[in-house]
Amino acid sequence: MSTQAQQSGSTATRMTIAKALNAGMRAAMERDPKVVLMGEDVGKLGGVFRITEGLQKDFGEDRVIDTPLAEAGIMGAAVGLALRGYRPVVEIQFDGFVYPAFDQIVSQVAKMHNRSQGALKVPMVIRIPYGGGIGAVEHHSESNESYFAHTAGLRVVTCSSTEDAYWMMQQAIASDDPVVFYEPKRRYHERGVLDLGEGGVAGASLDDAPHALDEGVVRVEGSDVTILTYGPMVKVAHAAAQAAELEDGPSIEVVDLRSLSPLDAELIEESVKKTGRCIALSEAQTFASITSEIAAHVQEHCFYHLEAPVLRVGGYNIPYPPSRHEEVFLPDLDRVLHAVDTLLAY
Amino acid sequence: MSDDEVAASAAPGGHEPPERDITDGGPEMVQFLAADGTRVELSESNEPYAAYLEDVGTDEMVAMLRDLILVRRVDAEGFALQRQGELGLWPSLLGQEAAQVGAGRAMRPQDYAFPGYREHGVAWCKGVPPENLLGMFRGVNHGGWDSNDNNFHLYTIVIGNQMLHAVGYAMGVARDGDVATGDADRDTAVMAFTGDGGTAQGDFNEALVFAAVTHAPVVFYVQNNHWAISEPNDRQFTIPPYRRADGFGFPGIRVDGNDVLASYAVTRYALDRARNGQGPTLVEAFTYRMGAHTTSDDPTKYRISAEVDAWKAKDPIDRMTAYLKAEGAIDDSWVEETQAEADELAKRIRKACQTMPDPPHEEMFAHVYAEPHQLIERESAQFADYQSGFED
Ligand SMILES: Cc1ncc(C[n+]2csc(CCOP(=O)(O)OP(=O)(O)O)c2C)c(N)n1
Repeated sequence: MSTQAQQSGSTATRMTIAKALNAGMRAAMERDPKVVLMGEDVGKLGGVFRITEGLQKDFGEDRVIDTPLAEAGIMGAAVGLALRGYRPVVEIQFDGFVYPAFDQIVSQVAKMHNRSQGALKVPMVIRIPYGGGIGAVEHHSESNESYFAHTAGLRVVTCSSTEDAYWMMQQAIASDDPVVFYEPKRRYHERGVLDLGEGGVAGASLDDAPHALDEGVVRVEGSDVTILTYGPMVKVAHAAAQAAELEDGPSIEVVDLRSLSPLDAELIEESVKKTGRCIALSEAQTFASITSEIAAHVQEHCFYHLEAPVLRVGGYNIPYPPSRHEEVFLPDLDRVLHAVDTLLAY
Repeated sequence: MSDDEVAASAAPGGHEPPERDITDGGPEMVQFLAADGTRVELSESNEPYAAYLEDVGTDEMVAMLRDLILVRRVDAEGFALQRQGELGLWPSLLGQEAAQVGAGRAMRPQDYAFPGYREHGVAWCKGVPPENLLGMFRGVNHGGWDSNDNNFHLYTIVIGNQMLHAVGYAMGVARDGDVATGDADRDTAVMAFTGDGGTAQGDFNEALVFAAVTHAPVVFYVQNNHWAISEPNDRQFTIPPYRRADGFGFPGIRVDGNDVLASYAVTRYALDRARNGQGPTLVEAFTYRMGAHTTSDDPTKYRISAEVDAWKAKDPIDRMTAYLKAEGAIDDSWVEETQAEADELAKRIRKACQTMPDPPHEEMFAHVYAEPHQLIERESAQFADYQSGFED
């Protein structure tokens, strides 16, 4: 295969998250002939977001399968393929269209391994472009990760950078567990650096991945407040940390959770014990969510280190609103800094 | 070779679908008006529905053509408004006017429609102001109109969901005794609309099961426009949708969806059956999506233009215009006047769209629940408080 890195002759290259996801799938497909992609419009069109662009052309219609428009069907068939030894990577076109497949995912995908007392594995990746901020109509902007994090048997991950997109996609595909892979759709076109070292793509192996799939990463080091976040909100947290620094404000640490199930409990505790204050930030509605879980976890495990209660910043607890409300529904820099101020006032 | 023959001969896995002629609806397709605007002779396929055109006078046919022209203009304006940034998205019905106007006109006021998201022509016939359709695509609401004003349900984005709603509604109609009373103003039918891609969904197939076993007064109206975004419909089925009904135990009919007379006659037949207590019918309108799937789509990535050209020759408006001109029912000046009327309508829609106010942000919290809800009340108060901090 050829990548921008090889074409330009350098080992580090700038590419978008979208391209990195594509490159990650490509690498996994080259490594393992059992990896198949499936979903609506993933073939010729390359998916409505073009994440699978060019893969059908290069790997053929047997490896990149345009499926019927039927999410329960896609998911159920993927279970069967996985039982037969394949590694299906299924694309759900938009977050709001995963629900027809919900039954298959929570009743079967998540539980097959357990039900068979470990005899069966259903290694598959469920790719879901998620989140808002793109001005779409209803059902196209949801953050429904909590439903799946609530279900034992599923790993739930998300990426926020080019490097993670590339490596986490491959790790998710290589995992023997089913992985729900949330792709932050409004960050698809943001660029970052992918450095594969001397050997470039051809020389890289999964062992070169900088982090394990279920590890969180500190993106910005700080000492006063920890922001625990993931996916599309990492950028907002980053901006908050920068803004605070410029104004000689509090020193903010940004933890990119990456894995939502399991959560990197150790890293969360370490950071909060250091700063004594924390905000759980996500786009999703806060009630009964990942951010609720974080808040509960932190107060259980870091109680004596806390200078202030854990604050959650997220979407309001309403259906994802029409796009003309997005600017106030989605957490932004102001809301995060407001929460930071609140914490420091305790 | 007709498209169903082609599809039926496809390999089981559908790997290499043979070359298909997707313009040929086959001998079973009901048609009254040929592509050149001449009337089709009675045959085995269209004869059973001919009676439904007998009471359709010239005036009514002219009114149908007027609908086709106005609906196309509404659609074109929706498209233009999206291009100018007034709408976030627009799903065009271009090419599907006759399928929708025929069906819409066959409905009576008490009949209830459950649309997908492209049924602007049905909305038009049900008397829904086209302005109502814009809110969702402009991002100011998720539909926002009262479905009971015109018996036209909110648009449904999730493919297939509404098919079951229609069946349930029809079950209610039957329980209320509003079928087979012989009272034309009371007997009620329900119509459910979806595309060819939608026929693959579980919800669609479950709707057929429910309708069959409950004998619900419902008409399933599948607009087979041959594409589901980038996927040609041989990715959705190997026998055409109208033949699906057979397996569920009720009639399925394929109609030329570009022939407004045929879609009208067949739909009237199916609605009559439903209203008379004879149960469900599945109608497949054989048509074509002339434009992109929506304004976000780029069909050049997957579609050949020869296909589009072949369908251009079957245009529903050209065909009806030619027919009515030959009949002496309309002339060039009628066409001009109607175009002028369409332009006025477009202006009205444009103005309504451009002056549509953004909803106040507090409204996000309205109507989440029908009854008071503590969490929403607290949050909306916190929101108001937070927002007020920016005011000075
Ligand atoms: C459950 C679900 N999955 C995916 C989508 C995304 N999507 C929107 S329209 C469409 C294709 C629909 O094709 P078809 O049913 O043939 O109707 P058409 O738009 O051609 O009228 C898809 C895949 C959706 N809206 N709902």
